[in-house]
Amino acid sequence: MSDDRRVQFLSRPRVIRRLWWLFSVVLALTVMAQAVFYVKGYFIVDGWFGFGAVYGFLCCLLMVLLARVLGAVLKRPRGYYRESDDDA
Amino acid sequence: MPELFSPALIMIVAAIAIGPARGHLRTALVLLAPLLTLWAVWQVPDGVQDTVRFLSYQIEPVEGGPLRRLFATVFALMAFVGGLYAFRLARWYELAAAYAYAAGAIGVSFAGDLITLFLYWELMALFSTVVVWCGGTPAARAAGIRYAIMHLLGGVVLKVGIEGVVVGTGSIQIRPMLAQDFNSWMILFGILINAAAPPLSAWLADAYPESSPTGSVFLSAFTTKTAVLALLLLFPGEPVLIGVGLFMVMYGIIYALLENDIRRILAYSIVNQVGFMVCAVGIGTELALNGAAAHAFAHILYKALLFMSAGVVIYRTGKNRCSELGGLYQTMPLTTVCCIIGALSISSFPLTSGFTTKSMISQAAANQDLLWVYMMLTAASAGVFLHAGIKFPWFVFFQRDSGLRPKDAPWNMALAMLIFSVLCIVIGVFPQWIYQFLPYPVDYQAYSAGKVVFYLQLLLFSGLAFFLLLPLMKRTETVSLDVDWLWRRAAPAVIAWLADFVRPVQSAFGRFIEACRESFASFAVRYLGQPHTADSDEHGLFARSWRIGTTALWIAILLSAYVLVYYI
Repeated sequence: MSDDRRVQFLSRPRVIRRLWWLFSVVLALTVMAQAVFYVKGYFIVDGWFGFGAVYGFLCCLLMVLLARVLGAVLKRPRGYYRESDDDA
Repeated sequence: MPELFSPALIMIVAAIAIGPARGHLRTALVLLAPLLTLWAVWQVPDGVQDTVRFLSYQIEPVEGGPLRRLFATVFALMAFVGGLYAFRLARWYELAAAYAYAAGAIGVSFAGDLITLFLYWELMALFSTVVVWCGGTPAARAAGIRYAIMHLLGGVVLKVGIEGVVVGTGSIQIRPMLAQDFNSWMILFGILINAAAPPLSAWLADAYPESSPTGSVFLSAFTTKTAVLALLLLFPGEPVLIGVGLFMVMYGIIYALLENDIRRILAYSIVNQVGFMVCAVGIGTELALNGAAAHAFAHILYKALLFMSAGVVIYRTGKNRCSELGGLYQTMPLTTVCCIIGALSISSFPLTSGFTTKSMISQAAANQDLLWVYMMLTAASAGVFLHAGIKFPWFVFFQRDSGLRPKDAPWNMALAMLIFSVLCIVIGVFPQWIYQFLPYPVDYQAYSAGKVVFYLQLLLFSGLAFFLLLPLMKRTETVSLDVDWLWRRAAPAVIAWLADFVRPVQSAFGRFIEACRESFASFAVRYLGQPHTADSDEHGLFARSWRIGTTALWIAILLSAYVLVYYI
């Protein structure tokens, strides 16, 4: 039981902080790698420096926000369909 | 006549024999039949093998070809690994139904004519419904009925189209066409219903998550990918499919982001991934069609892998919602690793199968100068990483500590997951292995330093977005409305409203009927019946005894009237 109550490795604040540092370094490296390796752009814009990073981030931001807005309209409590049919 | 012998028949025989077989014999049957099928698939040479005359049609039960062989191979492989995953947990009728369902998919792969295709298509519809029902809950029963109605409807639409084409052209050959007239549109609609294309895509996320943990593994593989194969055979280069595919891609992402049920997240990501393939069929170049076929192959492997890991979690914990799970990585390391491999593959991370197959589709869009298509597919790749690549493993295996300490997967489930994990990486690292089986010669380099850098930027910054936006993605105990709201809520409500509206009319009509009935009854009693007891002398007018003379008079009158009427 003592094993069960132990704080999980990835839940420790020190570990989380270190992982963020590591992740940030990896992110910076992937952008800087573009200075070394030529990224071929098919439509000019996608060859710009750091385009993949910015585009990926912005698209995700947009999709999450869109999902939030749509969620406000589309989300219903879990038992929503239960009255109309015998969903358990 | 071995030429007429479709490899699908092996699976059908196995499906029939699974019930009566017992113990080790059943296990052997479950594991060996798909392998035997796989062998048979590779014995089918290219081209139409033989024809049978049925009514006035030339039926071609088996037609070989690289594209057909590729799909049949992955279907047989899927049946084997699915059987391995399921055989100790699933009941015999679920296994039998799943094998008959797989037989349908393999039969469609080799169908040389539209009639054979349709027969196997319906075999799939029937037995996939049984697999959904094997979920065993009232919810599974209801979802299975909705699933069956949708697929039988799709079958009817497809049949209408096939009949039209047969009448119009006199040929039942499977050959490329474009959606130009009513008949070809009907065929396209019928196929697109199975591909979970809008607006009728709700059946997938409705039914698959209600099946058993083992059933959903089979369901994830066959129906939608057979539809992709049918599109590849019948509608390559149909421009409508580009728009349909792009819609599916975005729909899958947004709905998966809203979802809490772990298998429903995966179900929405099937729609998303099939969207990539449908779009590729719409682009229609050799590279795009190769990409669609390769991506379908890779997709079956990693999607089944993800459903298997979800199945293990549900089997071990009995929970299926993100909000109840988390922190399982400590006690389920193997399932976690396999799930992450599947998640990286679906996100097309370099060195996994998704990267080497999906990037063909993006490349095909770029080669055709389709700027918007390319940009949307790239955005979708980022979105896939967001909803399936990180969200799914994160909420199930990491996130917070849910306090659950389940055991890892049983050996057979672990082995099944390992086989597909290895294949995902093999296709990612040695793409030439899969490229040699594609329908057209491949002149495509999957890996270049620039491309890897671009995708790493795209995906890792999507990951950054995920962790920064986590507060916006709180798990909620909700369901998301879809088009099926129309028949699950709106239609019953309209019917109830109409019933309320009709009720006064109905009761007035009821009173009228009652009054008529009463007056007829009193009329009958008065003129025809014996109103009182059986020995009563009092009879109705026509029930009395009459004298012969009166009767003769009436007969004379009637005959005279008849003669009169006759001469008029």
